[in-house]
Amino acid sequence: MKEKEDYFMLNKELVIIGAGPAGLAAAVRAHEKGVSDILILERDDAPGGILNQCIHNGFGLHTFKEELTGPEYAGRFIDKVRELGIEIKLNTMVLDISRDKLITAVNPDDGILEIRAGAVILAMGCRERPRGALNIPGSRCAGIFTAGTAQRLVNIDGYMPGKEVVILGSGDIGLIMARRMTLEGAKVKAVVELMPYSTGLKRNIVQCLDDYGIPLLLSHTITKIGGKKRLESVTISEVDESRRPIAGTEQTIDCDTLLLSVGLLPENELSRICGVELSPVTGGAIVNESLQTSVPGVFACGNVLHVHDLVDNVSAESYLAGETAAAFLRGESSGREILIKTSGGVRYTVPAYVSPSHVTQPLEVRFRVGEVYKNSFVSVYFDGQRETHLKKRILTPGEMEQVLLRPAHFKKHSDCKEISIRVEAD
Amino acid sequence: MKTKKELTCIGCPMGCLVSVELEDGAIGEISGNSCPHGKEYAEKELTYPERTLTSTIPVDGGEIRMVPVKTALDIPKDKIFEAMAQVRKMRLTAPIEAGNTVIKNIAGTGIDIIATRTVNVGVWI
Ligand SMILES: Cc1cc2nc3c(=O)[nH]c(=O)nc-3n(C[C@H](O)[C@H](O)[C@H](O)COP(=O)(O)OP(=O)(O)OC[C@H]3O[C@@H](n4cnc5c(N)ncnc54)[C@H](O)[C@@H]3O)c2cc1C
Ligand code: SF4
Repeated sequence: MKEKEDYFMLNKELVIIGAGPAGLAAAVRAHEKGVSDILILERDDAPGGILNQCIHNGFGLHTFKEELTGPEYAGRFIDKVRELGIEIKLNTMVLDISRDKLITAVNPDDGILEIRAGAVILAMGCRERPRGALNIPGSRCAGIFTAGTAQRLVNIDGYMPGKEVVILGSGDIGLIMARRMTLEGAKVKAVVELMPYSTGLKRNIVQCLDDYGIPLLLSHTITKIGGKKRLESVTISEVDESRRPIAGTEQTIDCDTLLLSVGLLPENELSRICGVELSPVTGGAIVNESLQTSVPGVFACGNVLHVHDLVDNVSAESYLAGETAAAFLRGESSGREILIKTSGGVRYTVPAYVSPSHVTQPLEVRFRVGEVYKNSFVSVYFDGQRETHLKKRILTPGEMEQVLLRPAHFKKHSDCKEISIRVEAD
Repeated sequence: MKTKKELTCIGCPMGCLVSVELEDGAIGEISGNSCPHGKEYAEKELTYPERTLTSTIPVDGGEIRMVPVKTALDIPKDKIFEAMAQVRKMRLTAPIEAGNTVIKNIAGTGIDIIATRTVNVGVWI
């Protein structure tokens, strides 16, 4: 038996950081592909990640063909991980990863823990943009929360943060919380959105706002926060095309709570420490078709790689990471051969690089667009020759899109130097 | 009396604004939908709208404080607040298994409220 000591050294074939849906799916697939020595490290006291607080339904339509709540979706993967006997260390915060995959973590049972890993999968998820990033003038009073923090307070801690609520930003978490707080007896007075469209899913706008008569004010922003100790009111204004407040449109709304739902950022402190190259567009790692980062043997999947709206996509992506990490451990290597160029509205792609020899089955390339496009096409060019031309009724920044790169494409363009993906009018 | 009602179809990101003509409550012409799904959706929404209700209930003696719950099937939309009033009065004791019925026949709908997460006996910190 091991003695309890301050310093602990382990060797593991595969270490996965984060036990959210991404980490759990990656573990399951890596195990299926023959990796048995797996350790998942999770800083929270339970596996499941953000899904534990997402008690609403709408998860897993694609993966399980039924609508599950967040905890139910997570439960399926947690059961699977337990069944396979994959080890999870809870309450374990990873502090450092070196380039040669030496991981430092800390937990109350083991103290400081050092683990030498053959391969690492980053699955740390994302965090919300804090208030500081917003720059709203006004006093620093109590009563201002990110929507995700409020979600945790209500659904995990059983505590209602306030009674009269205004929500800034129409992202999905804000919309979900508008309904949740209404059901718990609060009055949600408005959802205020800077852009002329909402980034939230239509379904959430209808079922979380319209159902309860909560107004969605597009092209509006908060210009002032009132209150000394506790929030007492917010002042909102309409904005013009360049998103500047229009004088004379101010109105003041009394409220004791302001929720901010203004976007998510991949949580990449650790990736940075490890020396992983990050994309300025997504805030996540730049990866190749194997979801390998710039550091060999370090892979990334889920919200830490780029923010997803559907957990089904997270699971699909993470299965791939589990599979390619297993291949890496068998000695297969993958590099960065062809860069996928983006233009004409495509903001980024994951992966950003492709090695043709690794495309043995259709490769899903996920991307987001920068604005709303109606009746347009998504095209893929190989060395300037168009190979894919998909008609899209609508493309919106709020919905992740994907196209397939097929083995046949690479066979035809065996000497391909450049792939480009763009949105075209015709 | 003739009235018009507009609703947003949630079938896909197009989010078509579907308008429905109503004559003394009966559904007349439906327009604005770009595909048949929008018509179906509007008809259902105007005749018998249903929703899944999800919420939480406090738990005593469990490893977590709140157990998430949902209606086992959709319930009529106009029963949501009555159902919530009943849910908010509840308190449960661990252990609870995901899938267990925790309230029978919520708001007289004939549909049960079930737990969506397993709560083992324990202490939360
Ligand atoms: C509020 C909200 C509502 C959503 N609603 C829907 C919906 O209705 N339908 C749908 O399909 N999708 C929805 N999504 C999207 C989907 O749930 C997420 O994209 C998905 O859960 C992300 O999974 P993940 O594993 O990448 O991240 P997470 O679930 O965030 O998991 C990351 C895990 O890593 C751990 N971690 C982070 N850093 C460290 C560290 N240093 N050491 C140890 N552990 C660490 C965290 O504690 C966490 O458990 C929603 C997302 C949010 C946030
Ligand atoms: S009517 Fe058809 S196209 Fe329009 S939102 Fe509904 S499903 Fe989409």
